[in-house]
Amino acid sequence: MRAWLLDESPASRRQAAAGRAYRVTLDLLHNPLTVLGGLIILALILTAMFAPWIAPESPVGQNLSNRLLPPSADHWMGTDELGRDIFSRVVYGARITLLIVALVAVIAAPVGLIVGAVSGYFGGWADRVLMGITDIFLSMPKLILALAFAAALGPGIENAIIAIAITTWPPYARIARAETLTLRNSEFIAATRLLGASHTRLIASHILPLCSSSMIIRVTLDMAGIILTAAGLGFLGLGAQPPLPEWGAMISRGRSFILDQWWVATMPGFAIIVVSLGFCFLGDGLRDVLDPKSARKS
Amino acid sequence: MSLLSVDNLQVSFPTPRGRVKVVDGVSFDLGRERLGIVGESGSGKSITGRAILRLIRPPGRVSGRLVFDGRDLAGLSERDMRKLRGARISMIMQDPRYSLNPVMTVGTQIEEALRVHERLPRHAMRARVRAMLEAVRIDDPDRVARLYPHEVSGGMGQRVMIAMMLIPRPSLLIADEPTSALDVSVQGDVLRLIDDLVRDHGMGLILISHDLPLVARYCDRIVVMNAGRILETCPAGALNTARHPYTQGLLAAVPQMPETRAELPVMERAT
Amino acid sequence: MSAISLRGVDIAYAGQRVVHGVSFEVGKGESFALVGESGSGKSTVLRAIAGLAPEWIGEITLLGQPGSHRPNRTLARHCQMVFQDPYGSLHPRKTVDAVLTEPLAIHGIGNRDARVERVLADVGLDRRFRFRYPHQLSGGQRQRVAIARALMLEPEVLLLDEPTSALDVSVQAEILNLLKRLRAEHGLTYLMVTHNLPVVSFLCERIGVMNKGRIVEIAPATALHDGAFSDPYSQALYAASGRE
Repeated sequence: MRAWLLDESPASRRQAAAGRAYRVTLDLLHNPLTVLGGLIILALILTAMFAPWIAPESPVGQNLSNRLLPPSADHWMGTDELGRDIFSRVVYGARITLLIVALVAVIAAPVGLIVGAVSGYFGGWADRVLMGITDIFLSMPKLILALAFAAALGPGIENAIIAIAITTWPPYARIARAETLTLRNSEFIAATRLLGASHTRLIASHILPLCSSSMIIRVTLDMAGIILTAAGLGFLGLGAQPPLPEWGAMISRGRSFILDQWWVATMPGFAIIVVSLGFCFLGDGLRDVLDPKSARKS
Repeated sequence: MSLLSVDNLQVSFPTPRGRVKVVDGVSFDLGRERLGIVGESGSGKSITGRAILRLIRPPGRVSGRLVFDGRDLAGLSERDMRKLRGARISMIMQDPRYSLNPVMTVGTQIEEALRVHERLPRHAMRARVRAMLEAVRIDDPDRVARLYPHEVSGGMGQRVMIAMMLIPRPSLLIADEPTSALDVSVQGDVLRLIDDLVRDHGMGLILISHDLPLVARYCDRIVVMNAGRILETCPAGALNTARHPYTQGLLAAVPQMPETRAELPVMERAT
Repeated sequence: MSAISLRGVDIAYAGQRVVHGVSFEVGKGESFALVGESGSGKSTVLRAIAGLAPEWIGEITLLGQPGSHRPNRTLARHCQMVFQDPYGSLHPRKTVDAVLTEPLAIHGIGNRDARVERVLADVGLDRRFRFRYPHQLSGGQRQRVAIARALMLEPEVLLLDEPTSALDVSVQAEILNLLKRLRAEHGLTYLMVTHNLPVVSFLCERIGVMNKGRIVEIAPATALHDGAFSDPYSQALYAASGRE
């Protein structure tokens, strides 16, 4: 199997693609921090998938007799002001975090990629208009802008996701444009143009694949920021609404007891830090492997 | 006594399939003469040049004895080595555009090269730079000294590089494909210039190139390398009588100006 | 009817005129070389014929059709180009197979597997190279792939932009032999740009010498045997490339 994957002369399209994927994976596994980051993200995904089996209690069920208990064998992370088990809430919160992260990535990355590639490829007035819009978004602080959109759209988790997506695409458009500019005049693009390829074909199948690796890296590194923005919106009451166990909103509620019952705010805070770090490690590793500029060429 | 003596030089780099020796047991002695190292890409000729200056970074590994002017280079500290580089051994790279600092004027860069190795009063320094620019046959040294690298042509840029490398008066010059980025009409000028300077100053020259006829014209002795090994050493004049089949193959593969062959001879190669 | 004909062509790059009043004709099946130093405008002429340098005025005719200001599908069927840099002219994330299938996909040509195999054999590449990525190929092999791509649409005219100047001499010999053989087998017309006069001597029949955006002389390639050039610039260029 290994020999088949590392074969220097693959016999089919499928083998060539599999071989490439295998080599990237091997490179990724070389860096312990990347592996750690990957494990954290994997743990997050598994937790979100199997939350009902992992969490010992319901994330929303109140039990006022158990208010504000410190961490113990029964309640690993203690309980909050309504007697809910914080560990269960953190576990269910993984679902919300994953949802936010995935949806933002799915919305913002392609939008930025396409805007940037189109603007860089055509140049001229298309570039000026598209980059003008991008600059307007870039010139405003991200959280404030997200806040404004969230406030305008109304509080709620879906609107928070839309607001974050709206504020995250401009940097992606900038990166994609910069990459496209360096690719636009390369000989392989000229050669493909000479074959009679259309602009759509050139952008979609020649330029976008080359921009996508730096995009994957950037999106992964940005995940931490997205989680924090989501938490910030939750903290300010514009994100997920109670009783949804969103980590930012949980910190916000715990703020009132921070001095006497530290665990209420700290535990979800830990979760945010760990997941953010996971994405950062993974992003760094991906950059080392995928980014042609920093890669050691074989 | 020879100026530089290289004995069993080996350089290896790690690859996924284990360490690969890029230079494998290269030995030669160099007096105050002009030595050409010829080979195709991957022959290890450039790595040999870099290894002499100890410019191979980890994970590359170098072994073997390098004795320059009676001193063992391997035993020198990085600090002593820095003093030696430039002052005693200089290197000219392929493309001047990448070797010059784009935000410094040409004159300042040449001065900088001198200042690192010698302390001189300002006007003496200026005079040296001027004289050096004249020596590399730049007609209007005062104007050129004030230009930025992007304002000079390729040939001029390479002359500036040569001026920069030669101003500390080194005793060994290593030129790695010094003209392959230049036009044919300029190539001859630059090589003749290097040649004259080497003779005038009594320096040793190592000219690294893939172009056999060119090296034959400007060197006294030629070393032919392939796959990290020296195949043959011969006097430049006797190149036509070279015995090694690889050298003969290389010579035959070059198209001639009055080309009458229907097909060029091709070397057998393992893929 | 000539394959390529230029009459009084001026070409500009970003508003700056770099080629002035260039006229020459290349007959069908002929191999014509444009030589000159960097900045002489020789590559620009090639790009204008291919439609990659859109700012030209004058008259370009390609196989009887008026020249285009941008690449298009009809032009693609008749005229292809091979570039100088074998490392830059292949998409780094596409296998040889993907590179060669693309022209067929663009023009909706079927029977792709067989065509790819045939062209690979034509340019002397073993079939085990078919699913490799460019980084798994040597410079010479990449240039073979680039030539194969240019041949996929079976054009009559091939524009060669310094096709061997980035290669080692022994590899250069292989590629030159290949180009010569392909021309004989397919009856191709070559327009080659180069600064290497011996290469012209091997591959071409006529030579146009360019200097500062103008053609100073058009001579038969046999002039390279005895140096029978009339223009002083051509003579100087000939002398500088001479290897006594």
